Amino acid sequence: MIKGAFTRQWKKMIMIALTVALGTSLATAMLNVMMDVSDKVNQELKTYGANITVVPKSASVMDSLYEIENGADDGAYLKESELGNIKTIFWAFNIVDFAPFIDTKATVSADSGEKEITLVGTWFDHHLELPTGETLNTGVRSLRTWWDISEGDWLSEQTYTGTEKPCMVGEGIAKTLSVKSGDIITVSTTHGSERLYVAGIFSSGDTADDEIYASLDTVQALSDKDGLLSSIEVSALTTPDNELAIKAAKDPGSLTIAQYETWYCTAYVSSICYQIQEVITDSVASPVRQVADSEGAILEKTHLLMVLITILSLVGSALGITNLVTASVMERSSEIGLLKAIGAKNGAVSALVLTEVMITGIVGAVIGYFAGFGFAQIIGQTVFGSSIEMKLFVIPIVAVLVIAVVLAGSLPAIRMLLRLRPAEVLHGR
Amino acid sequence: MSLLQLKNISKIYGELKALDDISLEVENGEWLAIMGPSGSGKSTLMNIIGCMDKPSLGEVILDGRDIAKESDKGLTEIRRDKIGLIFQQFHLVNYLTAVENVMVAQYYHSMPDEKEALEALERVGLKDRAKHLPSQLSGGEQQRVCIARALINHPEIVLADEPTGNLDEANENIVIDIFKQLHKEGTTLIVVTHDPEVGEVAQRMIVLDHGRIKENTINKNFGNT
Ligand SMILES: Nc1ncnc2c1ncn2[C@@H]1O[C@H](COP(=O)(O)OP(=O)(O)OP(=O)(O)O)[C@@H](O)[C@H]1O
Ligand SMILES: [Mg+2]
Repeated sequence: MIKGAFTRQWKKMIMIALTVALGTSLATAMLNVMMDVSDKVNQELKTYGANITVVPKSASVMDSLYEIENGADDGAYLKESELGNIKTIFWAFNIVDFAPFIDTKATVSADSGEKEITLVGTWFDHHLELPTGETLNTGVRSLRTWWDISEGDWLSEQTYTGTEKPCMVGEGIAKTLSVKSGDIITVSTTHGSERLYVAGIFSSGDTADDEIYASLDTVQALSDKDGLLSSIEVSALTTPDNELAIKAAKDPGSLTIAQYETWYCTAYVSSICYQIQEVITDSVASPVRQVADSEGAILEKTHLLMVLITILSLVGSALGITNLVTASVMERSSEIGLLKAIGAKNGAVSALVLTEVMITGIVGAVIGYFAGFGFAQIIGQTVFGSSIEMKLFVIPIVAVLVIAVVLAGSLPAIRMLLRLRPAEVLHGR
Repeated sequence: MSLLQLKNISKIYGELKALDDISLEVENGEWLAIMGPSGSGKSTLMNIIGCMDKPSLGEVILDGRDIAKESDKGLTEIRRDKIGLIFQQFHLVNYLTAVENVMVAQYYHSMPDEKEALEALERVGLKDRAKHLPSQLSGGEQQRVCIARALINHPEIVLADEPTGNLDEANENIVIDIFKQLHKEGTTLIVVTHDPEVGEVAQRMIVLDHGRIKENTINKNFGNT
């Protein structure tokens, strides 16, 4: 019976199988990409050099409790004298750049007026001679690669020869006070004031546009914080996190000794953070979440989009199946009427039609699954330049979806079939 | 008690009374022919007797059960167990062979049994055509497959609506001979026909007109032809 239906109705059956295959392939592709994409993006982010921020212990608590921007205001500071220790940790060679920061409120006055601003002291292209004999030029010039110097040039600590101390002014301040590069401005705090030479105007696209950056010692002097730092930023090459790293990041104490050794001797962002904390007194080093978070938001939206595509493709398949199965039942109404007339119950006839559709659907689903996996690979290659891993648990999800879609798609045909009265189709009126 | 009793049944489609207050009794083993002009309600009556339809009014008592009170499921069971249907258009499943068409009826009744199905085909003289598809059979042969299918589950009543409507005379005679054989074996036969020759071989003949019984005659020559 069923076999006969396939040989006779093969065109319609192929159409049904194709419809299911199409829906399944899209669903498979989307689900596979969706499952794999978060891993991929995270991996890419981390290998591109996670940035680490180091703040004083109490500031870190305050920061996370009250989201205060300047953790330094509560009186906890890092020691400048310990900065060099960063290059002595186990993973010292993975530390590419780092820069200290200290900030204070200040009033800036230029020819055209005054303004309350944040004055940040830092390194620009600081020359370091390390205890190991190594030398290193580091500072915000390498850490703020996205700054756009709209006027003047990057401040160079090493080549600047003027009498006034140099600084760089954020575009926001430059606009309101119409400051240009080469101007002299005056900044004053409760602890004194200083004439600064504007080496360059930068545009950063964030809050730094309303800040002035000067050298570390200048700002330390102006805020009476000699030898103190409010934070350190570190750029390190890291190994993508795995389960061990995630476990360790939560609590290094939970590791076995062997695990601890592996973790400690691998350049996970968490182990580098841990090692930095070991050499900087009362500090908290943590990976910068900013990038990851915004990527996370994009990921979520991408997920949503993929879920929508999946749902739409499945609804599409269901509608297609509805059409095809209904047409097939209509075409066979006299056969179905006959079966009912000779004693086939509604359940038996429905089961017959459903079995046919299900077998067809399963064939379609298997084809669709592999096609979809192929799609996923294409997406993986074009978007991420790497292959998408086959996620086994996509299979049961897809199977459940296919069954649901095929059943839903067959429902109208089944209802029609139940209403079909043998008397109406058999005596050809 | 009669095998089949129709008590004042009517079938009403909107304004039209396809059957109008019909009462009829059919005894076990009887051979009844139903005749009448087109549109007189013959098929409507057959559908009701065949448990494929219910009357608008009246009672149909088949083997002691009132079919008007049965559910769809109950009607399906009665059809399956008690009734064999023969159609003018044969209604064979066109992708199944002759023997498979017979076995379909076995399948929904009990268990497909190819040997029994082949015997049924042998009774109608079609054993050598058992593996042919309906499209490879002549009209007469298809009708005989249809008859074999109707008989396979040993029904109490065989209902035939224009069984010879699509057949030539030679095939008509074959079908009539099969009916005679069935009658001899004690099967109750109700045959709707336009064809006087088919009507005249029956034991009794009723003529419908506009949904009413116009004539109800016993065939005095029954058995002589
Ligand atoms: N489902 C229906 N809806 C409306 N009218 C119907 C329906 N079935 C039958 N009729 C009408 O009932 C009347 C009797 O129909 P029926 O099919 O019983 O006639 P018949 O005697 O079998 O005719 P024929 O010899 O042409 O087969 C006809 O007028 C027909 O149009
Ligand atoms: Mg008719």
